[in-house]
Amino acid sequence: MMALKVATRDREVLIDPLFQAGRGFWLLVTFLLLVIGWGVAMYVRQVWSGLGVTAMDRPAYWGLYMVNFIFFIGISHAGTLISAILRVTGAEWRRPITRIAEAITAFALVVGTFQILFDIGRPDRLLYVFWYGRLQSPLLWDAFSVTAYFLGSLTYLYMPIIPDAALIRDNLPENAPGWRKLLYRMLALGWQGTPTQWLRLEKLIAIMAVLIIPVAVSVHTIISWILATTVQPGWHSTVFGPYFVIGAIFSGIAALFIAMTLARRAMHLESYITEKQYRNLGYIFITMAAVWFYFTYAENMTSAAGQLKEEWPVLASKLWGQYAATFWPMVLLMFIAFWVLVFPSFASRSWQRVPIFRPRFALSSAVTSALLLGVLTIPQTRPVLTSIDPVVSRQTLIVLTTIFGFLAGVTILPWLKEHLVEGTVIASACVVIGMWLERWNIIVPTMTHPRLIGNSAYAPSLTEWSLFGASLALFVLLFIIFFKLFPPVSIWEVVEGRVLDRAQEKVVVPMPESTRTPASAHAGFGDD
Amino acid sequence: MARWSMVIDLEKCVACQGCSIACRFENNTPVVSQELALEERAMRWNDVFPMPHGEVGEFPNTKTHYMTRPCMHCENPPCIKVCPVQATYIDDEGLVRQNYARCIGCRFCTVACPYGVRYFNWYAPQFDPDLAQHLNPDRVEGKGVLEGPSVRPKGVVEKCTYCVHRLQKAHAQAEAEGREFRPDEYMPACVQTCTGKARFFGDLDDPNSTVSKLAKSKRAFRLLEDVGTQPKTIYLQEGE
Repeated sequence: MMALKVATRDREVLIDPLFQAGRGFWLLVTFLLLVIGWGVAMYVRQVWSGLGVTAMDRPAYWGLYMVNFIFFIGISHAGTLISAILRVTGAEWRRPITRIAEAITAFALVVGTFQILFDIGRPDRLLYVFWYGRLQSPLLWDAFSVTAYFLGSLTYLYMPIIPDAALIRDNLPENAPGWRKLLYRMLALGWQGTPTQWLRLEKLIAIMAVLIIPVAVSVHTIISWILATTVQPGWHSTVFGPYFVIGAIFSGIAALFIAMTLARRAMHLESYITEKQYRNLGYIFITMAAVWFYFTYAENMTSAAGQLKEEWPVLASKLWGQYAATFWPMVLLMFIAFWVLVFPSFASRSWQRVPIFRPRFALSSAVTSALLLGVLTIPQTRPVLTSIDPVVSRQTLIVLTTIFGFLAGVTILPWLKEHLVEGTVIASACVVIGMWLERWNIIVPTMTHPRLIGNSAYAPSLTEWSLFGASLALFVLLFIIFFKLFPPVSIWEVVEGRVLDRAQEKVVVPMPESTRTPASAHAGFGDD
Repeated sequence: MARWSMVIDLEKCVACQGCSIACRFENNTPVVSQELALEERAMRWNDVFPMPHGEVGEFPNTKTHYMTRPCMHCENPPCIKVCPVQATYIDDEGLVRQNYARCIGCRFCTVACPYGVRYFNWYAPQFDPDLAQHLNPDRVEGKGVLEGPSVRPKGVVEKCTYCVHRLQKAHAQAEAEGREFRPDEYMPACVQTCTGKARFFGDLDDPNSTVSKLAKSKRAFRLLEDVGTQPKTIYLQEGE
């Protein structure tokens, strides 16, 4: 039996750190466990006394748990869908980020499924969904599609781990504990890297990549149908299926950007995850942002134009009623994300010679704009500018807010152009929060504007926020434990990529009417 | 088979809430504390409420329209379509029923019902000690079945059943006496108690029943006809 070999630099960066845990790691784990422990206590209390400990009521029968369910399942579209599409389309730059993407999928699905457990009144009867399932109910479709997606993405996460587990098995450091040896030996399934094994694995991964795409699309479509198949105002919409899928991929990419940046920083993967990944995935991100704006506009414009008796109050509550405080921040965050991703390309390096194009100037403009916005939107007991007529002062404030906001956006552009990674993370944070707000804006306004019940309000209780916090903590905990067991980058895929690159370098492609020298001719090709 | 229907004449209704009280005692619906009621956790299988935006005229010349609302027992109920476990279903006689032993408490039906007739047990029901000794002993119970006035566990959905236990008792009595069951042997508690005799109950399939005749009245309408649920609770609008 021949041991598999791994390059020294891969071993030092990807394998050895799996067997070292610093104080920071344990501190983080302890903190996360405390948050989860608090959540468990709150959940036990909820099961003990009933769902009355939440702020849900009649008519707001669904609340934060449902919002989080849709949000987490949305996040789960990061991985499998993206890595599957990139695999199928042969995007070479995907190689270092597929593992992180697939891990997000699996763990977001675990956490998302927990939201259902939080939400139902009789968690002890959860399995009735399978015993007594009615095929006509969208919830049953959801149970099936989420289960299929979870099993599928676990398989899809595991298959590329087989060669890596074999690599670790054969390159264990001295201090590796016995159970880890056993773990990798078992997970490697006797992998020896023979041509037959490679052929089988590549074939399986290719099949799985194609199969998982329709499942992923069905998952979020069906979640939207839970809402769209009812006749409730604001939900009964044909656009919901594609709108939710787009939103899911959008938030998934954002989560992937954040996770891969954190992993890159924490595990020193700068030589694996490069700006190329940020740039190329960024293009898909920008496309999703544009499509998201299109769908949001299409969805709300038709309601606004129709002015139906029941639908219109729901939209009005978002535009200038009690939910304006969550609707407009969503729009603003998405706009900021779009700006941060797209507009730096229009900036030129020469701008930096002008002293206002500085981050600190941009930051102070942004703060000024935010303060003015606060004065505008927070109800004031006295007129702000007593000497000026209220209407004029309001108009002045709107103009000033816009000017300062625009200034902040423009003056930050050269910095953003220089800092691609930081800029992408800022945009991703905006999108993750924005997408959470979108879910909120879909669930809660409709719930509080039913037909025959007077309008009500809903603000989540401590229990609901605690379980949200615990869910996030569980997500992070699963993530960091997973990456203490398995390399964050799929080693064999990256090595395979290197081999392909080397082979490609040897090919000289003649360029028609090229003014370049043959030596640099290939520079225009490939992913450089 | 009968197709049970209720007709409510809003001209005769004085909004006394007698129907709500009769319903509460007939069906063992717990009275919740004032705090819980303010949190909108009250159970009102049969509700009497002012119509939202139903106020017409300018003060002092205003009029508020009151609505009294049991379950609509729709012929095309949105609630049973979404239930993942068939805890709510429509039976042979057109009653939309709710099985508390099956319900998983997902509240999809409460969300799907456009009338808001469905209520969720946020906590285990609590009865005042004196009331607790006078609960309605009628039960609709069996293997995996708990319906009607049987006391509900926490975490399940409940709703108006048109007093399905009364129907079962009437059927049982007719069978015990070895005769045909007559539709006039059964009516829900709210119909029986109605102060203004504004409620009528009967078989919609019988063209000569009171409800069939009233359903053909020019004043007859159904709540939210545009959502396509085809309610079997029919209203007669105010005014001759």
